[in-house]
Amino acid sequence: MKSTFRVYAETFLMKDLLQGMWMTLKYMFKRKVTLAYPHEKGHLSPRFRGQHALRRYASGEERCIGCKLCEAVCPAQAITIDVAPRTDDGSRRTTRYDIDMTKCIYCGLCEESCPVDAIVEGPNFEYATETREELFYEKEKLLDNGDRWEAALQARLSHPRR
Amino acid sequence: MLDWIPEEILTFLILCGQAFLIIIPLILSVAYLVYAERKVIAAMQLRKGPTVVGPFGLLQPIADALKLVHKETIIPTKANPLLYIIAPVLTFTLSLMAWAVIPWGEGLVMADINVGVLYLFAISSLGVYGIIIAGWASNSKYAFLGALRSAAQMVSYELAIGFALICVILCAGSLNLSAIVEAQEKIWFVIPLFPMFVIFFIATLAETNRAPFDLPEAEAELVAGYNVEYSSMSFGMFFLGEYANMILMSAMTSIFFLGGWLPLTSWGPFAYIPGFVWMALKIAFVLFLFLWVRATFPRYRYDQLMRIGWKVFLPITLAYVVGLSFCIAYGVFPETLGVIK
Repeated sequence: MKSTFRVYAETFLMKDLLQGMWMTLKYMFKRKVTLAYPHEKGHLSPRFRGQHALRRYASGEERCIGCKLCEAVCPAQAITIDVAPRTDDGSRRTTRYDIDMTKCIYCGLCEESCPVDAIVEGPNFEYATETREELFYEKEKLLDNGDRWEAALQARLSHPRR
Repeated sequence: MLDWIPEEILTFLILCGQAFLIIIPLILSVAYLVYAERKVIAAMQLRKGPTVVGPFGLLQPIADALKLVHKETIIPTKANPLLYIIAPVLTFTLSLMAWAVIPWGEGLVMADINVGVLYLFAISSLGVYGIIIAGWASNSKYAFLGALRSAAQMVSYELAIGFALICVILCAGSLNLSAIVEAQEKIWFVIPLFPMFVIFFIATLAETNRAPFDLPEAEAELVAGYNVEYSSMSFGMFFLGEYANMILMSAMTSIFFLGGWLPLTSWGPFAYIPGFVWMALKIAFVLFLFLWVRATFPRYRYDQLMRIGWKVFLPITLAYVVGLSFCIAYGVFPETLGVIK
């Protein structure tokens, strides 16, 4: 408990105020944390969950087997899948794989549930569009994303801290 | 050479020239004060501030000004158009008028009048009219509340400023600003009158509606205070006026307490730096204090603001005036203060 005298002395000598000002003065000369965003980018964790992609095997064959686990687990019900045997070899494939990116909450349950690592969330987060319709992703768009980001996706999937 | 020009017109032209010599650098420094404010506050918050427009963002104020000029001036339907237009003009003009008596060096003053302090005090008190008129003429509840707060605040803190100035005048023995500066030849008044310097500075913050006393424009409560309804250059005038007032108050602080154009020491190279550079350096220092305080302290609550003004500053300054008068009258420290009579 401070004595009354001390409290008054500290008030009139503005101890707390001067301490605060000393603090801001010290901060003025510290290293700045600003990133000039479009030119400089921050670090992304290997677990970062960004734009979705459907991957292929090295042979070019699409990984997705249409098990619909991702559709079932999706808490936002953003995924819609239709499945049919493919005409040429009769293998089970998706005829439709839609993700509504306006519904998606980026929880990552789809990539966790996928038994063949087909659907993944990549490092890309710069895909803002001018219309809402452009955010309704279809199978071609997702496969295209997979092709475009494959190198980055592989590096992330094999990362020790993934 | 200039014989063919009638003497009256020549005088007029010279006065115009002098006014321009003051106003143009003033407006430029207002622009760069805004830039400095953004940079300093950014630095204290570990940010970089404007960096994009020009090198180090140096052209940012020009870009801002261009943007402001391009906007449309909107006069609300229910506003009183005449007063609505007059208010920003008044604020801006008053903030320029006071500069006439500010001395920049020995004899470097536009109007060397003997009641300079009174003139400054009168002009800065008139400044409240611009704000009240703006708040009333906008016919908006936020603007009106902001104007009321501003008026009450400025009136309360002018008392503290007044008493602090009386101390300075007692020490200097003159109301002439140049004489006040010359009286500080031996010792700057900031040393014998340090408590008054602190109170004067804090009251100055309140007088110019700066943080932490920026209640008239407390954006969390009043949107923007008395200038909510203003746009384009009518807003720009308030903005310019406000910052010009900040620079004016800093100039006053440096004249009354920091020895105006007098050098820090007359040792070696310092003696060769011209007076107006010293004056500018001192103004810049006080302005930095303004920005520093803004970056450090949160806004006051309104009742606390009033309590400090009336119950703390007023009694302290009053007691100091009385004490100082006794000391001077009975010659306790006439030599060190430079008080002659």
